[in-house]
Amino acid sequence: MQLTGAQALIKSLEQERVEVVFGLPGGAILPVYDPIIDSSIRHVLVRHEQGAGHMAEGYAIVTGRPGVAMVTSGPGATNIVTPLSNAFMDSTPLVVVSGQVATRSIGTDAFQECDITGVTIGITKHNWLVKDPADIPRTVAAAFHVATTGRPGPVLIDLPKDVANATMEWYWPESVEDLDLPGYNPVMGADPSLIEKAVELIDSAKRPVIYAGGGILKARACEALLALAERTQIPVVTTLMARGAFPDSHPLCLGMPGMHGNYTAVTAMQRSDLLIALGSRFDDRVTGKIDAFAPEARVVHVDIDAAELGKVRKPDVGVVGDCRVVIEEMLSCIDANAPKRSGAPVDLGPWWDELHGYQKRFPLYYDRDTTGPIKPEMVVESLRDLSPRDTVVVSGVGQHQMWASQYWTFDHPYTWVNSGGAGTMGFAVPAAVGAKVGRPDRTVWAIDGDGCFQMTAQELVTATAEGIPIKVAILNNAYLGMVRQWQEMFYEERYSEVYLSPDLPDYVKWAEAMGCVGLRAETQDEVIPVIEKANSIDDRPVVVDFRTDAFEKVYPMVPAGVSNDAIVVHPDQEGATR
Amino acid sequence: MSAESIETSLSSDSGRRPGSRRTGRYHILSVLVENKAGVLARVAGLFSRRGFNIASLAVAPTDDDERFSRITIVVDVESAPLEQVVRQLDKLINVVSISELAPSEAIERELLLATVSVGPEERSQVIQLIGVFGGEVVGVGSDQLSVTLSGRPEKIDDFEDLLKGYEVVGLQRTGRVALEKLGYRPARSLRALEGESR
Ligand SMILES: Cc1ncc(C[n+]2csc(CCOP(=O)(O)OP(=O)(O)O)c2C)c(N)n1
Ligand SMILES: [Mg+2]
Repeated sequence: MQLTGAQALIKSLEQERVEVVFGLPGGAILPVYDPIIDSSIRHVLVRHEQGAGHMAEGYAIVTGRPGVAMVTSGPGATNIVTPLSNAFMDSTPLVVVSGQVATRSIGTDAFQECDITGVTIGITKHNWLVKDPADIPRTVAAAFHVATTGRPGPVLIDLPKDVANATMEWYWPESVEDLDLPGYNPVMGADPSLIEKAVELIDSAKRPVIYAGGGILKARACEALLALAERTQIPVVTTLMARGAFPDSHPLCLGMPGMHGNYTAVTAMQRSDLLIALGSRFDDRVTGKIDAFAPEARVVHVDIDAAELGKVRKPDVGVVGDCRVVIEEMLSCIDANAPKRSGAPVDLGPWWDELHGYQKRFPLYYDRDTTGPIKPEMVVESLRDLSPRDTVVVSGVGQHQMWASQYWTFDHPYTWVNSGGAGTMGFAVPAAVGAKVGRPDRTVWAIDGDGCFQMTAQELVTATAEGIPIKVAILNNAYLGMVRQWQEMFYEERYSEVYLSPDLPDYVKWAEAMGCVGLRAETQDEVIPVIEKANSIDDRPVVVDFRTDAFEKVYPMVPAGVSNDAIVVHPDQEGATR
Repeated sequence: MSAESIETSLSSDSGRRPGSRRTGRYHILSVLVENKAGVLARVAGLFSRRGFNIASLAVAPTDDDERFSRITIVVDVESAPLEQVVRQLDKLINVVSISELAPSEAIERELLLATVSVGPEERSQVIQLIGVFGGEVVGVGSDQLSVTLSGRPEKIDDFEDLLKGYEVVGLQRTGRVALEKLGYRPARSLRALEGESR
């Protein structure tokens, strides 16, 4: 069967069982847009290519399937650079197809030419410039294979216009061997002797902590993690990337560690004698000053990416492998060892007593005074209490992101969608659209900042046009709040270029102009009714403008580059003994 | 690969001049890559992106299979532990295998070209010197000489040192290429990274 390169590309996406492509056409990708008309694949027409990329990310995070985006050459391709970088930092599987100028024009500064494979080398797991239409099916299959296996990540296929127009004889590669990837062999299982060593450390630890990262979710290892924690009674911290990987309501859960983590999670890691790092990467936002991080802890580090072992902290036992497989192997090893073990198992009672003490003295705290302006934390708590338990929560980047992570109760995996490693403002609205496309049965709430919202709000037009009824809660503090907080705390309250405005733009009118329902809450007693109203609407996107306290700060906080021991708690808690 | 194997190789290379390519700071990686457009950019980009320093780099197709090329990289392990360099390199999809060539197990060669300004007296000295080292005179002008020398990098270092006693107009070295010594094949492959413990 003879097909054009463009037809072969679309057919290849169908072979990969792609349900939806987020994109926006243009000159160089025109040939590929024609067969989309006849394809079963849904295309969501975005208003900005950055939106397409973040939508694909939101879709991928909630479904576990690769997100697909399509853009034209030049500016279309550069507009999706930020999502590629974001997905690279958060190991989200993404396949981006970009149009390119005709092969004979490459290198001539042709109209809308951009060396996008060159630009994205450092922010993709791999990329391909396809020069022969016969390579298309193999390249697409390789792209999906690379994006989704090993440590997942974004990939890009750059397709010159003449290659899309040329014809080829259709085929579909039958197996991985046909993909021409001689240098790519991701590992799954681990060396049994290392599992044995890891379990020995776990068995003898007196103050162990499971440090669960985003790799747990990538590896679909939540059940295995739950089994390991329950079997060993070891406390679990869930990083910003792992919220929901272990239920917040579980008694073994200590919640989020890191710069804005809760006191107990941060201090448990600092005090621990064994960190069991599962799919986490010792990010600086978790460790604080690295030399002072968890000084007494030995480290068992499990990661599918060998380069993570020893990159930041040298492990005592480093295990390369898939988290689910390795945890299951650890569990069998623990069970097999139990009868052989001499003496009683280590009593974790004193450790738990210590941790419960921290939880009691330093719970998450904000001032619940009912007379003042709306507290952003209270908005998050109300959203949590009034929405279904399995609501998907999407956030932007800033104070609101930290409050969303701290005050939501994540009891289900794949219900937290955020930009962790890159911290990309503007992520929330498009990522929520993508999440809703992937999980149309779920309520999807974006908890966004006023600053972030203004970066990508136009994708609400896409949401309305395509019938994707997401909900957006703007925690409108009239500031680039997180930056304001740093200027208040570390720059003697010298506020430089952080003031936005509570009512410029008018978010309600803006929402309405984009075909959404626009709502507003200005006082505390308006919060609950407005959330109930928003939750009752399911035929259109809803935007709620919550006018929140501009001076609220995120606590606790470990200032950048400082030891986690120097964690700053809310001023009202300062009197408590540490 | 175990942490021990890396440590051994870190210390096996005893240096004479601090900062010279012979000290333990420098390790040779022989990297088999797919012979595809842009591969060198991926490798070089990785080094700059991650802040790893390269002392020299040489690329050429392998003679046995046109699908592959071999990149010989001399890495400065002061900028990052060798194990990190290897593991990051290994993640590049086009990198097929990586082996570390410990100096004791490798044949290394490098080539030098130099042009020296010479008076009548120095002319014969330089000609004699290149003769002693087994190099060649490849160009003769009225007051300049061009010479070439290939051999072990240490030998090239020594020659370069001696040449500094003259007025060197231009000097270029290729960077080293290396292969496993006979009997040492296959070289210790760093591909099978199963994890580690210490
Ligand atoms: C694209 C981008 N630009 C700048 C920043 C730096 N930055 C981090 S948080 C923040 C403020 C975000 O403001 P807003 O969305 O209103 O959230 P708030 O902190 O007020 O909740 C800024 C500017 C960023 N993370 N991303
Ligand atoms: Mg704000």
